[in-house]
Amino acid sequence: MTGRSGRWYSLRLEYDSSRTRSPWWTPILSVVLALLLCAVFIAANGMSPLVVYEKMFRGAFGTSYGFTETMVKAIPLLLCGLGIAVAYRISVWNIGAEGQLTVGAMAATAVTIYFPDLTSFWSITLMLVFGTAAGALWGLMTAVPRTHFGVNELITSLMLNYVALLALDYVVFGPWKDPKGFNFPGSPMFTAAQSLPVLGSTRLHIGLVFGLVAVLIYYLMIRFTRWGYELRLIGANPTAARYAGIHIKKHIIIVMLISGGLAGIAGMAEVSGVTHKLMQGISPGYGYTAIIVAWLAKLNPLGLIVTSILFGGLIVGGYSVQTIGLPSSISEMLQGAILFFLIAGDMIHRFRIRRSA
Amino acid sequence: MDFTTQLLIAAISAGTPLLLATLGGILTERAGIIQLGAEGLMLMGAVTTCIVYIRSGNLILALLSAVAITALLGMVHSFLCVTLRANQTMSGLAMTLFGSGLSAYVGKSISGIPLPGSLPKLDLEILKPVPVLGELFGRLDMLTWFSLLLVLVLHLLIHHTSWGLHLRAVGDNPATADVMGIRVQLIRYCYVTAGAALIGLAGADMVLAYAPTWNEGLTAGRGWIAVGLVIFARWNPLRALFCAYFFGALDSLGFRIQLLGSAVPSYFLKMIPYVVTILVLMYLGYRNRNKPSGTPESLGTPYIREQRF
Repeated sequence: MTGRSGRWYSLRLEYDSSRTRSPWWTPILSVVLALLLCAVFIAANGMSPLVVYEKMFRGAFGTSYGFTETMVKAIPLLLCGLGIAVAYRISVWNIGAEGQLTVGAMAATAVTIYFPDLTSFWSITLMLVFGTAAGALWGLMTAVPRTHFGVNELITSLMLNYVALLALDYVVFGPWKDPKGFNFPGSPMFTAAQSLPVLGSTRLHIGLVFGLVAVLIYYLMIRFTRWGYELRLIGANPTAARYAGIHIKKHIIIVMLISGGLAGIAGMAEVSGVTHKLMQGISPGYGYTAIIVAWLAKLNPLGLIVTSILFGGLIVGGYSVQTIGLPSSISEMLQGAILFFLIAGDMIHRFRIRRSA
Repeated sequence: MDFTTQLLIAAISAGTPLLLATLGGILTERAGIIQLGAEGLMLMGAVTTCIVYIRSGNLILALLSAVAITALLGMVHSFLCVTLRANQTMSGLAMTLFGSGLSAYVGKSISGIPLPGSLPKLDLEILKPVPVLGELFGRLDMLTWFSLLLVLVLHLLIHHTSWGLHLRAVGDNPATADVMGIRVQLIRYCYVTAGAALIGLAGADMVLAYAPTWNEGLTAGRGWIAVGLVIFARWNPLRALFCAYFFGALDSLGFRIQLLGSAVPSYFLKMIPYVVTILVLMYLGYRNRNKPSGTPESLGTPYIREQRF
């Protein structure tokens, strides 16, 4: 190589901390690299990665049934992902969306059990209110230990996921078990008045509108309100925000209430719109997938919509490979790999190749 | 055998994987790198042990493979956090997600197949006649003894050797350590890798001593409990021993109360370790609000040579 110093090994990597905005192509590149990495594991298992990926893609987007299923899965991902994104704005790591979703679903089911004869409007409204409140309460149980006791919210929110799942097991095997359910663990089926309206003959329910409205509100709030401005300020520089008189503890509590509440809505929409009863495994890890959805979207509202559809497709695609004898955990593996490449890509972008003097 | 002895044995057997994982976490975090991937690493350690043990029938080979695979994952974590200076929280989370997905994927073929054997126990004839201890020690397996030894070794290493001094320096003040000629990045790589391997061994211990077949998501949050235990233990190996056994006792107490025919539904008993984790962390946070918590001072901040803090 030519140049002032003349030798190739005088090139060196230099860290440029000013490059904090990662480029638009890192999410795409990380998806591609994750597909390549997982292809190795699939091939090691004696399958052709191309066949598997084709099967997944077709299952998720190839048919109109597959596509509406993808959209059905995208709804809880969008709501939970949005909640996580709001909290992440001020570096609050909520990984408890799974538990918040579960208690939201439980609270909505409680409405159907204790107030069985309400009209359609009142029962849906009450389910929505209860679901949101329960999720928000679960979020609060993460926020208060953080603000008043200095407990890392990652551990609290995750522990509460296990507590919520055990509580779910308790009610579906115990007090709420359907007496006519042939001993199968689950609540009684919801009536038509307790179910969310669906689009035509598909399974796509009105929860999609909840999700889209929530994204719109998020965009407007972040962009145009004082609250959104304060969140952006805390996110950019917490020390400066504190000196500017912004009450950070209050904001942590507010974002966790919103974050949990949105996951609670997702839980309510799942029971009322999709399963029509409370049962075990109400969420195939939506709360965890939503973490990656939020990250991949870079907290951007439009990005959230795109990535939640992509990951909805990944979940549906994961199910469809089961027909060729592969476990659906293949989609979980892909999700983890995407996150690895994404955080690596965001950082690699900050290094510059410089010629040392 | 009376109830107390039984509980003690159960506490040690349930506490050993927690202890190994906590020690792994302590090593990683003493070097200044947050380790939130414990759950995924434990699962990878457990599934590797099961696969290799079932396929080869060789216990030592199974343990070595578990250590090797998780050490490799530890290197990935070090590469991301040390070399690329990536977000340590996110890297750990990615490790947990990837580990649980990959372990479920590769473990599908051996799911539910019992392991060909368990860990050899150390049966000391001399200890047999001693009332409680005789019962106790005759039932401890190889990995439990190893973990006890490790507590001692790590305690001496961290607090009484120059290597430990270097480790603490790297975790507390990497810039000063660097000026003193300590190779910060190398040390971080070594301890993060070794810590990950220990967490992998914790997963291996779970399947070998506790649950003798592979099931998806078998660790059920114990990796995360270990993350909490690192904080309770205030990054100190000796305290880790007591904290891990305390949680082992809680874990098995629920099961035992159930066996005794308690009226409380088992689901609530199973919540105990998770709820207690939160409560103890809150108590510690409250008690130590104006005191140093023992956290390595540079935990979570990547070290950049040219940059002053």
